Amino acid sequence: MSLLTELTIFVLAVFVGFEVISKVPNTLHTPLMSGTNAIHGIVLVGAILAIAIAAGDTLGQVLAVIAVAFGTINIVGGFLVTDRMLEMFKRKPEPRE
Amino acid sequence: MPAPVALSLQDPQFIEACYIVAAVCFIYGLRRLSHPSTARSGNVVAAVGMTIAVVATLLDRAVIDFPLILLGIAIGTVIGVPAARAVRMTAIPQMVALFNGVGGGAAALIAWTEFRDSAAGGGELALDTEIAILFSTVVGAVSFWGSIVAFGKLQEVISGRPVMIRGQQVVNGLILAAMLAGCVYLVAAGGDQSIYVAVLVLGSLLGVAMVLPIGGADMPVVISMLNAFTGLAAAAAGFALDNTALIVAGTLVGASGTILTRLMGQAMNRSLANVLFAGFGAAPEGGAVAGADGTDQSVRSTSADDVAIQLAYARRVVVVPGYGMAVAQAQHAVQELARELEKRGVEVSYAIHPVAGRMPGHMNVLLAEADVPYDSLKEMEEINPEFAQTDVSLVIGANDVTNPAARESTESPIYGMPILDVDKSSSVIVLKRSMSPGFAGIENQLYYDEKTSMLFGDAKASIQKVLGEVQAL
Repeated sequence: MSLLTELTIFVLAVFVGFEVISKVPNTLHTPLMSGTNAIHGIVLVGAILAIAIAAGDTLGQVLAVIAVAFGTINIVGGFLVTDRMLEMFKRKPEPRE
Repeated sequence: MPAPVALSLQDPQFIEACYIVAAVCFIYGLRRLSHPSTARSGNVVAAVGMTIAVVATLLDRAVIDFPLILLGIAIGTVIGVPAARAVRMTAIPQMVALFNGVGGGAAALIAWTEFRDSAAGGGELALDTEIAILFSTVVGAVSFWGSIVAFGKLQEVISGRPVMIRGQQVVNGLILAAMLAGCVYLVAAGGDQSIYVAVLVLGSLLGVAMVLPIGGADMPVVISMLNAFTGLAAAAAGFALDNTALIVAGTLVGASGTILTRLMGQAMNRSLANVLFAGFGAAPEGGAVAGADGTDQSVRSTSADDVAIQLAYARRVVVVPGYGMAVAQAQHAVQELARELEKRGVEVSYAIHPVAGRMPGHMNVLLAEADVPYDSLKEMEEINPEFAQTDVSLVIGANDVTNPAARESTESPIYGMPILDVDKSSSVIVLKRSMSPGFAGIENQLYYDEKTSMLFGDAKASIQKVLGEVQAL
């Protein structure tokens, strides 16, 4: 992929990111942070590719496996914690007349 | 005529298409976070996107070493799942810091692997790839070690007080300069392993040196900033690997972290530059503080039964919770009291300052855990005009965010910080352990106001006593 294409994607993602995230209310900022935390667990994808890159290089493979483990912690931990938090946000029960 | 596109799962274009789907899921998931009622499903959507991205990557032809991948994933799952299940809500900030740190660490490790590969191949890397690798390395390392230190401080393994060494700024500057010099050398002269490792080590040192001097109360800003860093490191790794999924997801996180950092800065009346470069979290020194001349002023102390009567016969009560409430684990008792008051027809809402708690929005999570419905939680801008019609403000373990000096006294170190206008309500009850000032070391004039009465003692015990008295009325 050309650098220019990647930069285009990057710039558009910046705008979308600011647009979407500025709509998140203060109430949800902690889940937002742990949720985005889980999303940058996407490094797992990079780490999987890194294992392929490191074929034949033992130290490289060790580094890449650690990276996979880190990325996985990031993803599973992040999404689980966020889910636990969001589960607690409840609406006030409608008062029964 | 070219043959019609063969539908192969290993087709790079198919994988690329999966990444687009994943990116859409992330964006849509984040969008659903704009309301508490849709937020949980948004998180699920994002998780589905992540699964799609990861599975698609496993289809890549270059990916053959499944045992190693599974090993890594197994290790990560065994560590991540129980940690996420067991963590208490008061400890969320350090957990988030830790998860954030490993993400940054992963980005740095990927960059390292990529660098080793290119150096071994002896091939010249394209300039942009090389810059992306170095950026990912440096920012990932800063983020990893910075987050580890932040974790240590929040977990109180390391002192939460600002650890300052003489000439901290100079030392940080030197580390930064040396690191940048190393990067320039690597770009100019090519793949020298030892120089690369030196850059990695310097980045790690910088991460530690940057966060160590920051006081515990400034953690919301720091965690947000590190979150942005990790996102950017992931995006840079995407540039290095030519991977769209990483670029988009990393950038989204970078944007989110940046917004939160800015909001936290505003809520503490500090510019981003001030937070980043000046006396990082060195809360204004107590010595220069005016208003400590209040020795001859007297505070009015009250008792649980008086508080109970005041609350039970009020029309509108606003609870102002601070981290002190969470430390005392009083949130459940507070919720019970609020419910009891509501039964008697009192209107109860909660005023949440943006920096209440230890990370953005932390107080909301703590109250949600105690079953406080989210529509009783009011943000600062929403609740401030309502204080004038409020009979009783109940301040529990919050201090600086209620100090009128921030509004009135230009000499005050917190002057200009947006505060909750509790002093505008008809009466104020402050629950406090003792008269010690808050993190900024500033006397709170609110306590000497004639409308204010103080209920001293442990917040949880006090609230329970008040609750008992209300029930007995």
